[in-house]
Amino acid sequence: MAITFDDVRSVTTNAERARRLFGYMRQLPMIPLFVLSLLGFVAIFADVIAPHSELDPVKPTSAQCQALYGAPDCPYLEDVPPFWSEGGSLTTPLGTDFLGRDVLSRLMYGARISLIVALMGTVVAGTIGTLLGVIAGYMGRWWDQVIMRVTDAWLTLPSLVFAILLLSVRGPGMWNVVLVLALVFWSRYSRAVRGEVLALRERDFVKLAEINGISKTRIIFRHLIPNVMNTVMVLFSLQVGVAVIIEASLSFLGVGVPPPEPSWGLMLAQERDAMMEGKWWLAVFPGICISLLVLSANMLGDWLRVRLDPQLRNR
Amino acid sequence: MPVSTSPLLRVEGLKTHYFGFGGSRVVKAVDGVSFTVEAGETFGLVGESGCGKTTTCHSIVRLLSPSAKIVGGRIELEGKNLLDLSAREMREVRGRRIASILQDPMASLDPLFSIGNQVAEPAYYHGLLRGRPLHQRVRELLAAVRIPSPEKRLKEFPHQMSGGMRQRIVGAIAQAGDPCLIIADEPTTNLDVTIQLQYLNLLKELQQATNVGLIFVTHNLGIVAKMCDTVAVMYAGKIVEMQSVRGLFYEPRHPYTKALLDSIPKLGTKEPLYAVPGQPPDLSALPPGCSFHPRCAQAMERCRTEEPPEVRDNSGRTTRCWLTQPQEAVHA
Amino acid sequence: MPEPLLEVRDLKKHFRVKGARLWNAPGSVKAVDGISFTVNRGETLGLVGESGCGKTTTSKLVLAAERPTAGIIAFEGRDIAALPDGQLRDYRRKVQVVFQDPFSSLSPRMRVGEIIAEPLQAHETLSRQELQSRVSELFELVGLRPDMARLFPHEFSGGQRQRLAIARALSTNAQLIVLDEPVSALDVSIRAHIIVLLENLQERLGVSYLFIAHDLAAVSHLSQRTAVMYLGKLVEVADSLELCTKPLHPYTKALFAASLPSHPDEAREEIVLSGEVPSALNPPRGCHFHPRCPFAMPRCREDEPALKEISPGHTVACHLY
Repeated sequence: MAITFDDVRSVTTNAERARRLFGYMRQLPMIPLFVLSLLGFVAIFADVIAPHSELDPVKPTSAQCQALYGAPDCPYLEDVPPFWSEGGSLTTPLGTDFLGRDVLSRLMYGARISLIVALMGTVVAGTIGTLLGVIAGYMGRWWDQVIMRVTDAWLTLPSLVFAILLLSVRGPGMWNVVLVLALVFWSRYSRAVRGEVLALRERDFVKLAEINGISKTRIIFRHLIPNVMNTVMVLFSLQVGVAVIIEASLSFLGVGVPPPEPSWGLMLAQERDAMMEGKWWLAVFPGICISLLVLSANMLGDWLRVRLDPQLRNR
Repeated sequence: MPVSTSPLLRVEGLKTHYFGFGGSRVVKAVDGVSFTVEAGETFGLVGESGCGKTTTCHSIVRLLSPSAKIVGGRIELEGKNLLDLSAREMREVRGRRIASILQDPMASLDPLFSIGNQVAEPAYYHGLLRGRPLHQRVRELLAAVRIPSPEKRLKEFPHQMSGGMRQRIVGAIAQAGDPCLIIADEPTTNLDVTIQLQYLNLLKELQQATNVGLIFVTHNLGIVAKMCDTVAVMYAGKIVEMQSVRGLFYEPRHPYTKALLDSIPKLGTKEPLYAVPGQPPDLSALPPGCSFHPRCAQAMERCRTEEPPEVRDNSGRTTRCWLTQPQEAVHA
Repeated sequence: MPEPLLEVRDLKKHFRVKGARLWNAPGSVKAVDGISFTVNRGETLGLVGESGCGKTTTSKLVLAAERPTAGIIAFEGRDIAALPDGQLRDYRRKVQVVFQDPFSSLSPRMRVGEIIAEPLQAHETLSRQELQSRVSELFELVGLRPDMARLFPHEFSGGQRQRLAIARALSTNAQLIVLDEPVSALDVSIRAHIIVLLENLQERLGVSYLFIAHDLAAVSHLSQRTAVMYLGKLVEVADSLELCTKPLHPYTKALFAASLPSHPDEAREEIVLSGEVPSALNPPRGCHFHPRCPFAMPRCREDEPALKEISPGHTVACHLY
């Protein structure tokens, strides 16, 4: 049977597809994806899998109270070490904090906070920044001037200080932090996206659309935005890490997520002195969590960057 | 061309494969290619994109991308197998015994260094010349490629020159190491037609003056008609036909060659063009039997199942096609 | 004689450039410097020339992607050069383009069915049904299967993508298609497909082409008439076959001499031009070609030759005639 010239070049059978999928998967960055999936899973199902509540102290048994305080009754067990240390127990595997709350449970709920804030903040920042960047790059002239000068000015502001300023005006709270993150970080996107759009604008298919008399709005949404998504996605994953750290810093400084919410940054702040007293687990575990999240997001972002850049990909 | 007992370059059974997707996908870019090039001969390697001609050239100088490997065959330059050489020995061959001219002159020239610097580099690096004699040689080379006022040009930079001139400078760089073999991979594709003519004539002159062997890779049969002595047509990683240039144009033996010749518009007539059906093959999913059979107007039953071997006849022509099999066969 | 579809008269496009040195007056690049030609209905006009000759700028002017500095572009009798942007909608529908690079002329993230429908959607309001059937029609017209409409451009080969580009150009029933090097980026065996397709479409639909290329053989194959450009000016216009067999202008002769033979023994008058193409910023005085012309006379340095008709349909701008 002669293959006629209108056949699509690669005829994909199911076996082909499976083989190719497997090939792709072997190239995925396994560790970051694993960590992020784990954190995501924990964040979503914290209600179900957390052994205790994150806000209420763990109910102590008589025996424990006796052991710790020498009395048969106590409201809570403060500063219990992790289960492998002297005095620890498996009911609170990673110990408890100064109010008797289970560290592990708080970490799990804290994942929820960190992920929500970081993801939402970055998404909103990305949306604003991308739109402005595309408009600046494509419309040019005074749109470009105005938007870019504002972007430049915005970029010179130190992010943390600026965030603190905004939060002191708005007041603490999780959604305020999301808002502030968006306001602080949009400018990074607009700069990068504008650059991409300047190049895209000269490509044949955009010129063609213009020649065909297609409206600018349509060109922006159909031709430009989908094609800058590569850059945006890479930026996004790298920015998520930054957002986590900023949120943690803000909470640490007391202007972010307020107590008693278990933000990891807040946990770090509250237990700073405790570390000096030798109760290392109270600060180290939240610290580890923050590091893991940021590292994984960065590794993923870096992998994405190499993968999506055709020139670097074949190294 | 006097045929010496040992040809300048002999490639035998060369196989170069690309391994992708963590090894699950193998592309047989070059799959059993054999040919020889004599000193002073212009050998044309013709084919479309994906046929393996560029990979063949990269294999000869052993500058393949990390995902490609030469998995079989021999490449003998003046009798010595290049595949046996260590990396350091190979570096001494490149630029000195074998030189390359590539398609995009802007990419071949370093924008940061002056012309004089770049032309001198092969001679300098291979320790051939230093100081005044080197300077002299650079001027000679530039004059040989017809660069006007070479003294002035020595200090200029690539971006100050036109495309045609840059390509000539690339030619000068190729000559600098005094090579015995030059590989030119589509050197005129980016040049204007009149500039192309100048350049091709120049290459021919240079070759006649220095008796280098020239491998000319192209998809343009017109260039082949003008420049080459012997031609090999490649398809899907194999040579399907190889003979003298006259033989190829007047008595093409492989259906692909015939189809190509018929599909090119010719000046001065409006003869209908023959459009070869199908597309260039997907090297990772080649059809069984002869790779060309899905597009071949004369495909037989045998072509669909058995791959034809390369067969050489007494006059030195090789063909890879069942249609021409009843020939005296010395398997190439 | 029926009115020509497109008539260009004395078209000029000059780009201002700032002086290279402080004391130079700002110069201008005369990319297109007074050219006139016509394209009749159902016919192909070929436009050949090397880099810097102005053919790309000419195509942009015809497509109304750039505004001319002077001159008239009359389409169906109306001068579109004089129309403001807002009134060009109808023109844009009737004049379309196919670009050289099959890889960048299709939006990578849109399905090809949508890409082809886009010009149609911009100019007419059709129901989804009508749109879909029109798209299927177009697919079949260019030799592709309509069920491929849901695929993305990267799943097609170069030749197929050019077919898609042609389908898109035809979507609004364009009457003139500017073909800007439509086959140079394609494999040799695929070029014939596209050329044959273009020929068939012209026969079936009566569409006109402005075929811009540097490959003389392809141009003269597809075009009834061919025009040769050099440094912003037309140097010769003639019936394609006559141009091949009896080129008059020295530059045309050089172009033919330089285009490669179709077999090893083909006799070619070897005319090798000296030097490089001069810059359009500072074209030579008089006839722009005189510094490189093997037949230059003293007059050529002073007077610019005008296009003169030497034989019916064959015009040349050269003092030799």
